[in-house]
Amino acid sequence: MPAYTLSINGDTRVVDVDADTPLLWVLRDTLNLVGTKFGCGIAQCGACTVLMNGFAIRSCSIPVSAVGVSNIVTIEGLSQNGDHPLQVAWQELDVSQCGYCQAGQIMAAASLLSQIPNPTDDQIDSSISNICRCGTHVRIRKAIHLAAEKSRSK
Amino acid sequence: MDTKISRRFFLKATSLAGGGMLLGFSFLANGNEANEEEATDLDFSLNPYIKIDPDGTIKLLAPNPEIGQGVKTSLPLIVAEELGVDWKTIKVELAPLNDVYGRQTAGGSGSVRGRFTPLRKVGAAAREMLVAAAAQTWNVSPSECTVEDGVVIHPAGRKKLTYGELVTKAVTLPVPEDPVLKDVKDFKYIGTNVKDVDAEAIVTGKPLFGIDTRKEGMLYAVVARPPAYGKTLGAVDEARALQVNGVKQVVKLKNSVAVLATLTWAAKKGRDALKIEWITSEKLESTAEHEAAFKEMLEKGASSPSREDGNVEASKSEASKVLDSWYEVQTLSHAQMEPLNFYADVREDKAELFGPTQVPGSVRDSVAKELGIPKENISVSTPRQGGGFGRKLMNDNGVEAALISAAAKCPVQVQWMREDDMQNDFYRPMAMYRYQAALSEDTLLAWHQSGVGIGRGAGGDSYLAGILPNYRVDSQGYKSNTPTGWWRAPGANSLAFPAESFLDEVCQELKKDPVQFRLELFEKAKTSPVRDLRYDPDKYISVVKLVAEMAEWGKNKPGIYRGFATWYSFGSYAAQVLDIQLINGKPRITKVYCAVNCGLVINQSGAENQVQGAIIDGICHALFPKVTFVDGAVQETNFHTYNFLRMKDAPMDIEVKFVPSNEAPTGLGEPALPPVAAALGNALFAATGKRIRKMPLMEQL
Repeated sequence: MPAYTLSINGDTRVVDVDADTPLLWVLRDTLNLVGTKFGCGIAQCGACTVLMNGFAIRSCSIPVSAVGVSNIVTIEGLSQNGDHPLQVAWQELDVSQCGYCQAGQIMAAASLLSQIPNPTDDQIDSSISNICRCGTHVRIRKAIHLAAEKSRSK
Repeated sequence: MDTKISRRFFLKATSLAGGGMLLGFSFLANGNEANEEEATDLDFSLNPYIKIDPDGTIKLLAPNPEIGQGVKTSLPLIVAEELGVDWKTIKVELAPLNDVYGRQTAGGSGSVRGRFTPLRKVGAAAREMLVAAAAQTWNVSPSECTVEDGVVIHPAGRKKLTYGELVTKAVTLPVPEDPVLKDVKDFKYIGTNVKDVDAEAIVTGKPLFGIDTRKEGMLYAVVARPPAYGKTLGAVDEARALQVNGVKQVVKLKNSVAVLATLTWAAKKGRDALKIEWITSEKLESTAEHEAAFKEMLEKGASSPSREDGNVEASKSEASKVLDSWYEVQTLSHAQMEPLNFYADVREDKAELFGPTQVPGSVRDSVAKELGIPKENISVSTPRQGGGFGRKLMNDNGVEAALISAAAKCPVQVQWMREDDMQNDFYRPMAMYRYQAALSEDTLLAWHQSGVGIGRGAGGDSYLAGILPNYRVDSQGYKSNTPTGWWRAPGANSLAFPAESFLDEVCQELKKDPVQFRLELFEKAKTSPVRDLRYDPDKYISVVKLVAEMAEWGKNKPGIYRGFATWYSFGSYAAQVLDIQLINGKPRITKVYCAVNCGLVINQSGAENQVQGAIIDGICHALFPKVTFVDGAVQETNFHTYNFLRMKDAPMDIEVKFVPSNEAPTGLGEPALPPVAAALGNALFAATGKRIRKMPLMEQL
């Protein structure tokens, strides 16, 4: 199997996997970073969202051979102590129900906030298309606004 | 709710080697008290609800599976309240399957309902034993002691002892059979906003779900199952599959083939490389033929009713007008966010099973039967689960994993792809309804509901049963080999849409206000019910009035189009007002108001989350997805064709209020879902003038 040198959460990781292995499965099965979730495999649901050079991508649909030198950040690497404003806001507002989609939601929101620090509801609507089967959408919107506010007051 | 411990239970305290205290209920099959020796020998004594270590660590075990309905938080909260500990210091774990815990199913909105009083007693009994231990130590009366945050205090003597310091003595004391429970007004935690116990783990990506299982020696398995209902396994050529990098084994079961590999991706590629001949063994059915058959059956009519009061036919002929409307709800997949999976390690005469299931007991029992392993040698435990919605009331994912592990002779983590999940479901069945209402100039005289559905049919009563003197419901079943099962709020999730939409049609025709008309109907239910009433009209009135107040129903709100609906299910009452506004000419749900009567609310935050979630669940499935069978094969295999609600479709806001109540809690996982589709349909009528009677509604807009 070919070896790939990846930058994951600031660390250099070398993996021996098939070229067509989606980044998602490299993260989960080879690197044991299970925070990034599998939901559909066809980039429809967003549960697998990670940051690639700061932008949200759906890791189920990018083969490891295409990652190259890009910096990948997963939910585990979003912050040192679980204290990214989104992580804090998510807990403060008790957003999660089953919790399965939430890492992906947070990564998508992190990408949005890094580009638009004060998004409107419309901007949230058009940027975050992740599926939440449990229906936490109202709290997700509120948590994004709260995180934006927290970032402003820092 | 039975508030006394039945003589079939007793609380048994057992010492742990090292001095911890464990408390649990014991079931005694014959109703006699077991002697001391029997109890401590039994395995179940090691699986209690409360573990207190001498160092002060307090661990609570949550006895029902956590599928996103919040019981991993709310059930321990009930124990902690009576136990008198500081909730912030508690650790919570999910309890494994064990007879000592009784019903460990997640379904029927039954966990909090069933456990509220028993869990209070578990906490209270432990508290009393700890207090007794302190009282003995200080040589005072227990009544002179108080408890605060895991500390027993003797105020007069200014003495304190922590639960950790007391536990070794406490376990030697008798277990109170009828402990004193707190007064509801003294609740410190119950009724407040409590964060989910896994909130931090979820947002930091910790391993929590079945899909995150990693155990020594396990192989991942991806399975090839029949591509259509009615097809069975024929010849299998696994040559190409075995050549895939990482694939170790191919295992054949009765009707499927599993590929086992060192990585999930390898197992999937291996499965995709199998060459399988699928044999058509039964009729291959299609949704189109179901629809045509349903129509024919409804036109023909049913031979006998499931309920009939008065004379509906006579009312129809006397009426000044008869409304006649046909409604249809679609086949639905469960689509819980975490695709099915399960871990099994089956050996010669024992099995360790771990995975997402709503029925761990059923998994154990079926595996015992299929593999001939004694039940006591099978352990089952569950992780946190990425949604349930009724899919995992079927035990197939657990049983299949056990069969694969047994055949492969190695531990296996079976992983379903989303397509596998959507194509192998126990669907919410399609149903068709015909409603007829006999109207006079100013009132509703008679109501006739006819339903057809796969399997047992499509019946059930609305609250009009018991109010209208002329009322008829009949249902016909249609035999199909497409599998059906329980989907969030079974029965109600189909029925409430046509029933509350049609009642809205009646209101439109009679020019009656929908809210006012319900209140009149429920008053009639109170004063002159027809035969038995299967609900409490006062509770219906409480939620209808509350939501009308919340939404300012009746007030002129330019640009806002509103729909109303109400429904009772699983012990609780929900009423909703749904607001639509046209934004750039397109309807957008701006707000939903919901009033719920569910007795005592345990966790305000969790409860509100459940209601908001059920509302969005109802909106999503009313609007977007459907399952179509063509020659036995499901057409919508993933989210590209199984259309789903996204943030831009979700209501801008959902306001929830609970009717204040000190009654024991009734269900909350499901009750807010049923009325929402009708509230939406009624709002769409107000906005567009178009009455939509077929789900998914989006296709008709």
